[in-house]
Amino acid sequence: MSLMKKGKKVRSQSRARKVSLGATYILLVVLGIIWLVPLIWIVLSAFRCEYQPDGTFIGRVTSNFFPKAYGLKNFTDLFTATYYGVPKAFPRWMLNTLIIAIIDCIISTFLVLSVAYCMSKLKFKLRKPFMNISMIIGLFPGFMSMIAIYFLLKSIGLTGNPSHPEYSVIGLILAYSAGAGLGFQVAKGFFDVIPNALVESAKLDGCTNFQIFMKIILPLAKPIIIYQALMSFTGPWMDFIFAKVIIGADNAAYWTVSVGLYSLLFGTHPDTNLFTQFAAGCVVVAVPIVTLFMFLQQYYVEGVTAGAVKG
Amino acid sequence: MDSALSKAPKNKLNLRDFFEPLRKSLANFGKRFADGSLGTKLSHFIFGAGNFYHKQYIKGAIFLLLQLAILWFMIFCPAVNGTPYGWKALANLSLKNVKEGGEFDPATGHFSAGSDCKLMILFGFVTIAVIIIYFLIWNMNIGSSYKADMDKKIGKKPTTFIEDLRELLDSKFHVLMLTPTCIAAMVFTILPTIFMIALAFTTYNSQDMNDLGTNLFHWNGLQNFSAVFTGEGSLGVEIKNRFLPVLGWTFIWAIFATLTCYFGGIILALLINKKGLKGKKIFRTVFIFTIAVPQFISLLAVRNLLGEYGPFNAMLINAGIIDKAVGFLGLHVGDSENLAKVMVIIVNMWVGVPYTMLMTSGILMNIPTDLYEAARVDGASTLKMFFKITLPYVIFVTTPYLISSFVGNINSFNTIFLLTGGGPTYTGYQAGGTDLLVTWLYKVTIDQGSYNTGAVIGIFTFIITATITLVTYRRSKAYNEEDTFQ
Repeated sequence: MSLMKKGKKVRSQSRARKVSLGATYILLVVLGIIWLVPLIWIVLSAFRCEYQPDGTFIGRVTSNFFPKAYGLKNFTDLFTATYYGVPKAFPRWMLNTLIIAIIDCIISTFLVLSVAYCMSKLKFKLRKPFMNISMIIGLFPGFMSMIAIYFLLKSIGLTGNPSHPEYSVIGLILAYSAGAGLGFQVAKGFFDVIPNALVESAKLDGCTNFQIFMKIILPLAKPIIIYQALMSFTGPWMDFIFAKVIIGADNAAYWTVSVGLYSLLFGTHPDTNLFTQFAAGCVVVAVPIVTLFMFLQQYYVEGVTAGAVKG
Repeated sequence: MDSALSKAPKNKLNLRDFFEPLRKSLANFGKRFADGSLGTKLSHFIFGAGNFYHKQYIKGAIFLLLQLAILWFMIFCPAVNGTPYGWKALANLSLKNVKEGGEFDPATGHFSAGSDCKLMILFGFVTIAVIIIYFLIWNMNIGSSYKADMDKKIGKKPTTFIEDLRELLDSKFHVLMLTPTCIAAMVFTILPTIFMIALAFTTYNSQDMNDLGTNLFHWNGLQNFSAVFTGEGSLGVEIKNRFLPVLGWTFIWAIFATLTCYFGGIILALLINKKGLKGKKIFRTVFIFTIAVPQFISLLAVRNLLGEYGPFNAMLINAGIIDKAVGFLGLHVGDSENLAKVMVIIVNMWVGVPYTMLMTSGILMNIPTDLYEAARVDGASTLKMFFKITLPYVIFVTTPYLISSFVGNINSFNTIFLLTGGGPTYTGYQAGGTDLLVTWLYKVTIDQGSYNTGAVIGIFTFIITATITLVTYRRSKAYNEEDTFQ
């Protein structure tokens, strides 16, 4: 091959690379826009402040993507309004969800870590049967047990209790966190990577399994602890169907924020004119969750990648 | 050492794994009774007797108290909401001696409470669980006494209570760590699941309950299952006519939802990780951003965006592509079912692709670069390299994820419920055009109160997911080589 020909080939290759790089940029920007449009629209709707000529507020879905006027009315209304007979319902729902999320986060993370450690680093007779059973249980649709859990909680007064409606919050926390230990797979995959030699040598030094867990495994497990905590903390903000069934449709004061927001649009008294308030609520919920996610992004990615390989 | 057991392939999901511990402990029983001290023999009848015999008073007292508590529970049948536990709960499992209630009792001045069949079944199962626990404790108590016998024989002192507690932090650490999860899983997962399975064999639905009384129903064998073919029973027509369409759509949905998100994610990851591309981090962040937004927000946003009065329809009308609003998501009766189905799959890509992108990004970076170098020297095109190197590698590594995501999609409640609500609906039927088995299950139970039909749908869903998972998972490398990580 002559030198000139080779030079031409390199040049044409680099040109082709530039074109394909340019095409990639354009494609990614377009995709990025497609992915962000619905979210941008919700944010815009939250700040929309349009009135009809007769002075009534337009809260429903409108055909214009960009609002004609902006304002904070949706937010102020949202925080002060009475929904389903509950005064200042939205702040209450936020508080309920926060309490549930914090407690669920602590219990779930603890359960997941302890099960994952046992499955990964301890040897005992029932290890394999336990793993198989937990996998089989995971295959049943959650709703099947959800309804039974409702009956169970009701029979011990932890939901649908007329004299103590607040107990249903405890019921929901139990329902969320009780099954958490069976979702140990991602954390186990993480623990599996920690070299066994580390555990063995600690054992030779006379460490008990408890000490190994506390002093060796846990300090190394920071990424997975954060991942699990993030998952279980954000869970209650995202789930609404469990919350809806367990807390009950007529117990509006103890709803979580997702049940509440959903009920504005589709509840027993749906009101299409509440759409902008719904959007405002979405923004209020999403901002802290998204911030948390972005802040802990690295740990989330690590957990997701670990989960991919281990299933 | 049992040589037959050690020869058996250890990494297969064997029934033997489940029953082997049971068989071994059964073989132990006779031996322990014959060899044990007087205390151990007594332990077979009175919990903790052996521990008292060996002066392990605290442990003995705990065992004895547990036995007394369970016996009290079984004999005196504490009642909750008028439904008893204990032996009465076992008798109640037949659902025979039920009373309707509502008769006025002059002695108390109240109306008598009727039986509650669902609590009868639930408490019956709780009682069975308690009986199983009783025998587990029984076994533990004999074992504990027998161990003290053995210790004595070789001249060791039986362990003190403090020593036992210390063992919990070391050689028995797994007991301490797993007990909370086991109890929680028993109460909140296994028991409810068994309960719901049982409901599939009853007449528990709101319609029959109105006939029989508020909370009364009875066992009816396999009738709810045969309704899929015969159409008998209160929701029989529904389940007969809608079961196959819903099942078929559930499969189509799961296949398409899994594959579109999977390959979409891989392509997106390849685009973002392209050599020489600047701003990788920004693009990645944009897509992670959409994962971070709670699904009920983003899905409801899309639902309204594509809705009848939403901007998307308005845009299409303004552009002259359509002349009146199209029901993309089948929210109204009469909307196109096929359009709704296509739209859910597309919108689901919006939800799922970033997730796969994130996951495969890390895997793509781990592909050995010399593979590509070698291919380039051989003159392979970019496309060829993708199909011959990238794709096989990624698929190999992510097979377990592919399976779990397929099963996840079969049970993908949120996407369908929030986007289309199962619509377009058909008059006379609960199951709409885009309903999956799970959303149908929800409608049938929560909206309609047909718990038995719901349970039948749930069992079918389980059978499908379990078959797929077990068949593929048992063959996968990740499962078979699980032990090598140990």
